[in-house]
Amino acid sequence: MIDLNEIQTIEHDVLVVGAGGAGLRAAIETSNLGLNTGVITKSLLGKAHTVMAEGGMAAALGNVDGRDNWKVHFRDTMRGGKFLNVWEMAAIHAQDAPERVRELEDWGAVFDRTRTGLINQRNFGGHRYPRLAHVGDRTGLELIRTLQDHGIHQGMDVHMECIAIDLLMDGGKISGMLAYWRETGRFVVFKAPAVIFATGGAGKAWRVTSNSWEYTGDGYGMAARAGAELMDMEFTQFHPTGMVWPPSVRGILVTEGVRGEGGILTNSDGVRFMFDNIPDRFAPETADSKEEAQRWLDGDREARRPPELLTRDVVARAIMREVKGGRGSEHGGAYLDISHRDSDFVKRKLPSMYHQFKELAEVDITAQPMEVGPTLHYYMGGIRVDGVTQMTCVPGLFAAGECSAGLHGANRLGGNSLSDLIVFGARAGRGAKEYLDNLSGSPNVQQEQVHEHMRGVTDFLNREDGENPYVVVDDLQKIMELNVGIVREGKELEEGIEALQELKKRVANVKAHPTSQYNPGWNTCIDLRNMITSAEATALCALQREESRGAHTRLDFEGEREEGLTYNGVVRLNSEGNLEVRKEMRKDAPEDLHKIAHSTLEELEGSRV
Amino acid sequence: MSERTFRVWRGNQDGGEFVDYSVEVQPGMVVLDCIHEIQKEHASDLSCRWNCKAGKCGSCSMEINGKPGLSCMTRMNTFEEGETVTLQPMKAFPVIKDLACDVSWNYKQNERIRPFAPRERDPDGEHRMMQEDVDRVQEFRKCIECFLCQDTCHILRDRETEQNFAGPRFMARLASLDMHPLDTDDRIQEVKDESGSGLCNITRCCTEACPEHIGITDNAIIPLKERVVDRFYDPLMWLMRKLRPGKKETVKN
Ligand SMILES: Cc1cc2nc3c(=O)[nH]c(=O)nc-3n(C[C@H](O)[C@H](O)[C@H](O)COP(=O)(O)OP(=O)(O)OC[C@H]3O[C@@H](n4cnc5c(N)ncnc54)[C@H](O)[C@@H]3O)c2cc1C
Ligand code: SF4
Ligand code: SF4
Ligand code: FES
Repeated sequence: MIDLNEIQTIEHDVLVVGAGGAGLRAAIETSNLGLNTGVITKSLLGKAHTVMAEGGMAAALGNVDGRDNWKVHFRDTMRGGKFLNVWEMAAIHAQDAPERVRELEDWGAVFDRTRTGLINQRNFGGHRYPRLAHVGDRTGLELIRTLQDHGIHQGMDVHMECIAIDLLMDGGKISGMLAYWRETGRFVVFKAPAVIFATGGAGKAWRVTSNSWEYTGDGYGMAARAGAELMDMEFTQFHPTGMVWPPSVRGILVTEGVRGEGGILTNSDGVRFMFDNIPDRFAPETADSKEEAQRWLDGDREARRPPELLTRDVVARAIMREVKGGRGSEHGGAYLDISHRDSDFVKRKLPSMYHQFKELAEVDITAQPMEVGPTLHYYMGGIRVDGVTQMTCVPGLFAAGECSAGLHGANRLGGNSLSDLIVFGARAGRGAKEYLDNLSGSPNVQQEQVHEHMRGVTDFLNREDGENPYVVVDDLQKIMELNVGIVREGKELEEGIEALQELKKRVANVKAHPTSQYNPGWNTCIDLRNMITSAEATALCALQREESRGAHTRLDFEGEREEGLTYNGVVRLNSEGNLEVRKEMRKDAPEDLHKIAHSTLEELEGSRV
Repeated sequence: MSERTFRVWRGNQDGGEFVDYSVEVQPGMVVLDCIHEIQKEHASDLSCRWNCKAGKCGSCSMEINGKPGLSCMTRMNTFEEGETVTLQPMKAFPVIKDLACDVSWNYKQNERIRPFAPRERDPDGEHRMMQEDVDRVQEFRKCIECFLCQDTCHILRDRETEQNFAGPRFMARLASLDMHPLDTDDRIQEVKDESGSGLCNITRCCTEACPEHIGITDNAIIPLKERVVDRFYDPLMWLMRKLRPGKKETVKN
């Protein structure tokens, strides 16, 4: 093995892994706090998942409806998350979001405007008021470009196409990271006493997903191997509206903004089926006739919101039910129609949807309905962190954004992710600063560890024969679709977990073409280790939770159960190297927050705090 | 379903060659799907970039039958029956391997542009801008940084002039800053000197290549050129400015 001195070494105070919204926001914070900051990303700068976000960013600015305030946003978030959210995180998120959004304007973001020139806000599922700051249907692009163009002038070093392999530790504390450059296949050691993960989710473990090749759960795998805990992994959000036709685009997202702007869902009989799928909890706040839904769309403030805008779990299950009941659309989805609105309006408000359907499906959405169906979209669960500092149980390791857990509970509201990124990205940055200020001594990088991690990935290149990693990915996706899908059952989950154990053995034996330079096959081998950890953690949590709550639906345990609210599922790697799941009892809700979450809307409206 | 031949450039900075692959094409498939098939079935080490698969991230740029385009938005049914599809990396940038090329030059150009410099917020802590005043800026901000316009522009393809011109992408970015209602910086000198606006001879190839349909030439470059002319070559405007020195001049369309 090569001597450590011969491996390229780069030193930073903080290494941020990920250059999406959360990573860039964290890096801006640490740079501004005077820390030498490095950012690494699997892709080029500006290409992370965040760029794909469409609909908007939730913040109770109250620009469109003055009755909105952080308390209502907090209440919506808790209700959407079926009260399994970490209370403090949901409150901090709602309180910090407006200022984090306004700050983006100082950095050059250009949101759509209201008539008085303020940031415009749109309606979205589960949000009581128009709350999503947006730019047409390309809000994520605006966010990432703003952070990117501002960030590069704050002193951070961005290392593009540099892929993290494993964390380095010294006496239980973080000391750095082993990574490799895609371009050359060479290794690089980052010496850094604090690491912030902003690595996103693990949607690629499913076949039908809105996620890209980057979403292989690298943060989950690496964090678990370093001793951190994963929480709420059973809560995988299936977005109700992914494209279903043609097959090659299956899963690509159709923004909820379509429904926010008045899109309606119908089945093959032309029935607007969401009216028959309104859960009791939301009935008082949901329109019960087409006529009332129309009045809401026309701006009547007394009218209640259309049922198409119920939370994602509810809509996704309703579409599934129609398809299973033989009332699906031609290619096995539901119809989503916005063609009743003015064609120019549709093109202006939803330009990229118009484009996407026109070019990829040859459908003109201003004249024809779209076909949509559920697609794996988002990980509510993730790395367990302290709600204020974003630190994990591993000293020096932080997590923010989609890769962390806690804010969204059992189900995320649309638009609450982009705001999550900027709120908790900034907080993770501050958390890292505080940690470093109090850290005595400097943790060292140990040669033996580096070698071990290097061997773990070079084996894929060096072995004589082994399996094609792409075939193993396909099989993993099949298992997840079949056994850990949108509706789950104990027996299937158990079989799934068993199948994953078998697959793990195959993962250990995959082989890549022996060139290390820009080799996607090798990269897939490396990703697979993390994907399978994420998949297994998801299945274990799903099996443990014997109820249906939010995004987690068990056929054998219908409905929410009281016991389900007493704990969060937590997974960690035990000393034998196996994942172990347990129930972590929830702390009592802080009294003031409990009160707000259970208040009526009238009690909270207009109370700008 | 039909069989299709792809001719893909394989190699790195030391050279390379075209290799033929055959792919079973299913209805609705785009070029990027076929590349994934090739990786799965024939060449697991074939390099190419992609992320969103929906024309939103600008990663998958390449030359498809000699024409710069996004491979994720190029449908297979746009080719003639039996036509061989040739894939190459973008020509204006140094190749890394196969279809991936080194686009870091663009990131360096971007860093050279002075950061956004906003005016103070209003006393109530808000920024106010009217929609009609930001429409044009929003057009430029649609840019997904696919760099296809940079790849097309003959000034950047020419090694001699390359270093003196920021390229259409960054002219559009400068225009978005210059026309931003909140920006207080005066960027016209920068547009002329550092970014070399004068080098563009308005061929409009960049505009044609832009998958976001941004009016790069007519809406960004020409207005910027006009402002440079007004500033540096128009004696009347020069006199006006002397008489009425102000902050940034208001934008003319
Ligand atoms: C199509 C689509 C539309 C969406 N629309 C909305 C919306 O309208 N509103 C909303 O709130 N949310 C939306 N979401 C969700 C939201 O976009 C994401 O949850 C969010 O952008 C995640 O941001 P992030 O910063 O956590 O991670 P990302 O933006 O995904 O960034 C992850 C980063 O980590 C890096 N990374 C990962 N692993 C490694 C590794 N091993 N080494 C180095 N780097 C690594 C990646 O390269 C990347 O830079 C949408 C999601 C999708 C897919
Ligand atoms: S119009 Fe100007 S920038 Fe665009 S391709 Fe022609 S010369 Fe290049
Ligand atoms: S201006 Fe258009 S062609 Fe140029 S980089 Fe941006 S999106 Fe691509
Ligand atoms: S993969 Fe994102 S634009 Fe093609």
